Amino acid sequence: MNANVEALSGVGWMDQFRHRLYSAAILLAVTLGSVWALAIDVRFIYLLVYVWFGVIYGVLLQYGRFCMAAAVRDLFAVKVPRMAVGMMIAVGLYALVAAVVTLTGFSTFHPQPLGWHVLIGGAIFGFGFVFTGGCASGSLYKTGEGNLNSALVVFSIAFSQALVVSASGWFDGLAPAAWAQSAAAKGMPESLSVTRGWFDLFTAGYIWDLKGQTLAELLAVGDSPVTTIFVNTFVNAILPVLGILVALYAFYYRKGFLRKSGKAHLGWSDELAGMWAMCTSSKNTALAGVGLGIFAGLHMWVTGALREHYEIFNFGELLAAMGYTDGLSIQNTVFDPGYWYITTQEAQWGGWVLEKLGVNMMDNVFFGLDNGLPNPLLNAPGFMSIGIILGAAMLALARREFKWKFPTWESAFFAIAGGILMGIGARIAMGCNIGAFFATVTNGDPSGWIFLAGMVGGGYVSVRVFTKWMDWKVAREGGGLL
Amino acid sequence: MAMSFEQTAAGQWTLNVTGYTCPHPQMYTKKAMQKLASGDVLTLLFDNPSSGESILSMCDNDGNEVFDRHDGDGNFVWKIRKA
Repeated sequence: MNANVEALSGVGWMDQFRHRLYSAAILLAVTLGSVWALAIDVRFIYLLVYVWFGVIYGVLLQYGRFCMAAAVRDLFAVKVPRMAVGMMIAVGLYALVAAVVTLTGFSTFHPQPLGWHVLIGGAIFGFGFVFTGGCASGSLYKTGEGNLNSALVVFSIAFSQALVVSASGWFDGLAPAAWAQSAAAKGMPESLSVTRGWFDLFTAGYIWDLKGQTLAELLAVGDSPVTTIFVNTFVNAILPVLGILVALYAFYYRKGFLRKSGKAHLGWSDELAGMWAMCTSSKNTALAGVGLGIFAGLHMWVTGALREHYEIFNFGELLAAMGYTDGLSIQNTVFDPGYWYITTQEAQWGGWVLEKLGVNMMDNVFFGLDNGLPNPLLNAPGFMSIGIILGAAMLALARREFKWKFPTWESAFFAIAGGILMGIGARIAMGCNIGAFFATVTNGDPSGWIFLAGMVGGGYVSVRVFTKWMDWKVAREGGGLL
Repeated sequence: MAMSFEQTAAGQWTLNVTGYTCPHPQMYTKKAMQKLASGDVLTLLFDNPSSGESILSMCDNDGNEVFDRHDGDGNFVWKIRKA
């Protein structure tokens, strides 16, 4: 399809120059900020790795219109597999790079506990992201395009998570008594009050009793690196990716390819050509998938190497050594996954604001024991999220696609309600489409496929509901579309 | 903000979904294309960049041709001919 592509009339070279100037100004600001941080303390290099990988993710996400909500939603709503294909390409590449990183001994990955919560959390998350119009990272890059609906989604995810992990009240009674007993038996410090608050009971009384294992550990195949890589990379990631790509081709692409080929039947070579055509039909998405897969793996390697260099396990130790002890957890830790992650740092933003407003946000496991509540200026993964926004803004400005888009009452409602569901789902599943899916399946953790199943199920139901609402709206407002 | 879909001449239609974010533009476009007869042309106005990639793929899958694109400052005006 070779369309005539032109700039809209009235957009002169001055306008183009102005946009590129803004884009360059963002790059300059991030560069100067980095130099300033290093001038204060060279150990801020650890935080800056998150910043710059965030910028790279932002550029790639905007370039490929890469949003995992679209992978599920567009498949069911408009039968377009391009984003699901892009997502699988990214998973395959990340898995291969992660295998190399694991072999070098620099992997920062830890498997997630496997249980029913992954499926339920994924379903709630998937139901929410159809209404918000973007996944966790998609909402960040769209914020960088000037979309303030997406900024509202980010705020909603941040505060809903902060409230979920800290709230205590009548709904504590929803937690089974066994959780309360198990939580009490953990012998946690009194300051954490683990027997109060639904999320503390859920974490200490349920999650901590589960095991997180890679597929190689689950199948007990032994310690040989070759066997481990074969099981964790090939069986857990590459094989499912190939299976999903074949299914996407068979159910969503083959019919159109058959029509375009003009043939009555397709041979094996034609089918392979069809698969290739599907994977490359949206070049931007495919290239972004390749880039994200590679850089996500490299991110893990660079952070792992820095941890070894500074002889630390967590950024909290480095912060303490630099004299920044405010907001560290009681273990002297902060949230520091060492790889691409989105929702937990956003929960910290929400929690930090609430703490400053006088709410005690550290008397729970999530902030008080595990992730801390550092000042946002010292929140390394938080800067990765900001980096995504800035990277996307740089490219959107350079491509003249940046546009301030303000919410209406309707879009604001969807952004807030959908964002709340995404926040709740992310906390129940212990991560979002990045932390609970993308980072897990690529590192040998099968729990990510359970999350994907839940996310697809929730997304499917949500598309049905959303379509009904759209039909009702079109019927009410007219326009002749029905 | 309201979506508009109207016939401007014989075989010529306009769908304006400016101001809408995902997934509205691609879903409205799909509905609009279903209303067109073969050979009809839809002029599509939207300002959500990520919808564009999905709309291109949707047209490619269905055999519809995006034959004219005017893009700039976050606004997109595309012409799509129905197969």
